Amino acid sequence: MNKLLSLLLFLPLTALASGAAVRLDPAPVNIQDQESLQRGARVFVNYCLNCHAASYMRYIRMTDIGLTEAQIKDNLLFAADKPGETMTVAMRAKEAKEWFGVPPPDLSVITRSRGADWVYTYLRSFYRDDSRTTGWNNLVFDKVGMPHVLHELQGQLVPVMHAVQGEDGKTHEVVDHLQLARPGKMTPAEYDALVADLVNYLSWMGEPAKPQRMQTGVFVLLFLAAFFVVAFYLKKEFWKDVH
Amino acid sequence: MEKVLSWIDARFPMSAMYKEHLSEYFAPKNFNFWYYFGSLALLVLVIQIVTGIFLTMNYKPDANMAFASVEYIMRDVPFGWLIRYAHSTGASAFFIVVYLHMFRGLMYGSYRKPRELIWVFGCLIYLALMAEAFFGYLLPWGQMSYWGAQVIVNLFAAIPFVGEDLSIWIRGDYVVSDATLNRFFAFHVIALPLVLVGLIAAHVIALHEVGSNNPDGVEIKKLKDENGKPLDGIAFHPYYTVKDILGVVVFLIVFSAIMFFAPEMGGYFIEANNFIPADPFKTPEHIAPVWYFTPYYAILRAIPPMFGSQFPGVLAMGVAVLIFFALPWLDRSPVKSIRYKGPRFKIALALFVVAFIWLGVLGVLPVSPMRTLTAQILTAIYFAFFLLMPWYTKADATKPVPERVTE
Repeated sequence: MNKLLSLLLFLPLTALASGAAVRLDPAPVNIQDQESLQRGARVFVNYCLNCHAASYMRYIRMTDIGLTEAQIKDNLLFAADKPGETMTVAMRAKEAKEWFGVPPPDLSVITRSRGADWVYTYLRSFYRDDSRTTGWNNLVFDKVGMPHVLHELQGQLVPVMHAVQGEDGKTHEVVDHLQLARPGKMTPAEYDALVADLVNYLSWMGEPAKPQRMQTGVFVLLFLAAFFVVAFYLKKEFWKDVH
Repeated sequence: MEKVLSWIDARFPMSAMYKEHLSEYFAPKNFNFWYYFGSLALLVLVIQIVTGIFLTMNYKPDANMAFASVEYIMRDVPFGWLIRYAHSTGASAFFIVVYLHMFRGLMYGSYRKPRELIWVFGCLIYLALMAEAFFGYLLPWGQMSYWGAQVIVNLFAAIPFVGEDLSIWIRGDYVVSDATLNRFFAFHVIALPLVLVGLIAAHVIALHEVGSNNPDGVEIKKLKDENGKPLDGIAFHPYYTVKDILGVVVFLIVFSAIMFFAPEMGGYFIEANNFIPADPFKTPEHIAPVWYFTPYYAILRAIPPMFGSQFPGVLAMGVAVLIFFALPWLDRSPVKSIRYKGPRFKIALALFVVAFIWLGVLGVLPVSPMRTLTAQILTAIYFAFFLLMPWYTKADATKPVPERVTE
């Protein structure tokens, strides 16, 4: 146990040294933009929800982003019977582990653990890598188990390598940037916009109560500001006779 | 009305208690900014208890359900997000308020005779609060909850001879598991709150027995008028109740600003990794405790293992917390307040504050040789503040203390 303790205490030293930092692109998140959220919801249901669940999220909550219950039932309800159900998937964790090496993580709060920027960059950083069983690798998530589900839309990216001199004096080939080798159905700009909508939706889904939280917060602060004035003069009045 | 009151007073000392603790508890009239934090700590305690009760109604202390139940509170319970964020923000607010409250005590010598027991009760409250926060942090059952608990329980395993068995006894298992979650829940929702409330009662009773200190460190009870009221004292109610209401409003403005607009506080109040459900097979890349424990975490990591054991670090960390208890007997200065103490004490206190905050920053960051060296120097300063205190306070050049409090 002593060994485990020292391992846990000093583990950051090695763990962080091994992870190469990739610069993340800022995700254009705007959860006020209901049309973007609705487009993102459609992409999420069509592409992500086959393997990834969002098991804390109820379909009916999408009424918050301007969809009616009928719209949700007709257009988005493939994997469940009732809009009150949560977004679960039929794939079993055991099968998923056999297919991908790891079970696909639940996406309910993925932007809260990874950050929206990371997800935005990740979904645009898949590249061809024949050494992987899926044929895909990712710049921000090396040796990722997930194949590039959106490649029909984005097309195929290949890495452009360049040589750097490592600390050991030897030269290493590292990925410099990615290049579009075979175009997909979308232009790069269209694809970026699609991912932006999806990440926007994921951010909203991470905390659907956020708009209500902000709104309530404004009222609470206004009330407290008024209360402050009252409390200030109350104190002043009582303390007049303290010398 | 009067009849009801006398009926009660014949059976319960209601009027007597009201007088003793509010309308005729005379507090010095020169309290400044630093004297808000005692009542604010009480306010945060109430926030934590009330929100805690409502959280308990929907939370499931079960390794398979805990994480989901927290998300259920955030999404499906009406205003559940508010209750949960109030509780998570309250946890950090508690420590902010308590640290400022303790710093006030350090500045004005509030631990000195005859207030040693108030200080000792206060230190016990601080210990209980740390335990309460630690047990509570496991409950959301995220990755940081899990691995943070793993690290801290393993600290006990470093104790020679009995450590191994002790850590298993604490966990109720060989790893942090469902059994651990269940017992931590029990400690968090009943055992420690009971202890805390009892200690706070003792803290306040002891305070009201000897009377409050003040920024001048003058004993106001020495000079009284013909009615026995201290010349520099004013009734707690209404003077300090209305003043504390003002403090409460300002505090609530800051608290609400965080709770409604930045509840994660950039990952310091709620860590990003805690949005990943606990996974016993996957150690996070970087384990950092919540910010209020990081000064001690930095001390722990600053002490190198000796004879293949982490025990020296664990011991240093434990002593760093417990050494606060000794303060009333370490300070040999003839005066209480920093206003009349000399440069030696002022420099020592300033260095201590810098060391404490800097250690806190280092505790969040991953280790590197430079940072470890810095942490070692700061740890030395931390302990020197206490251990050298009998000498530097005695040798210090003090100023004469006035008879009465100053404005």
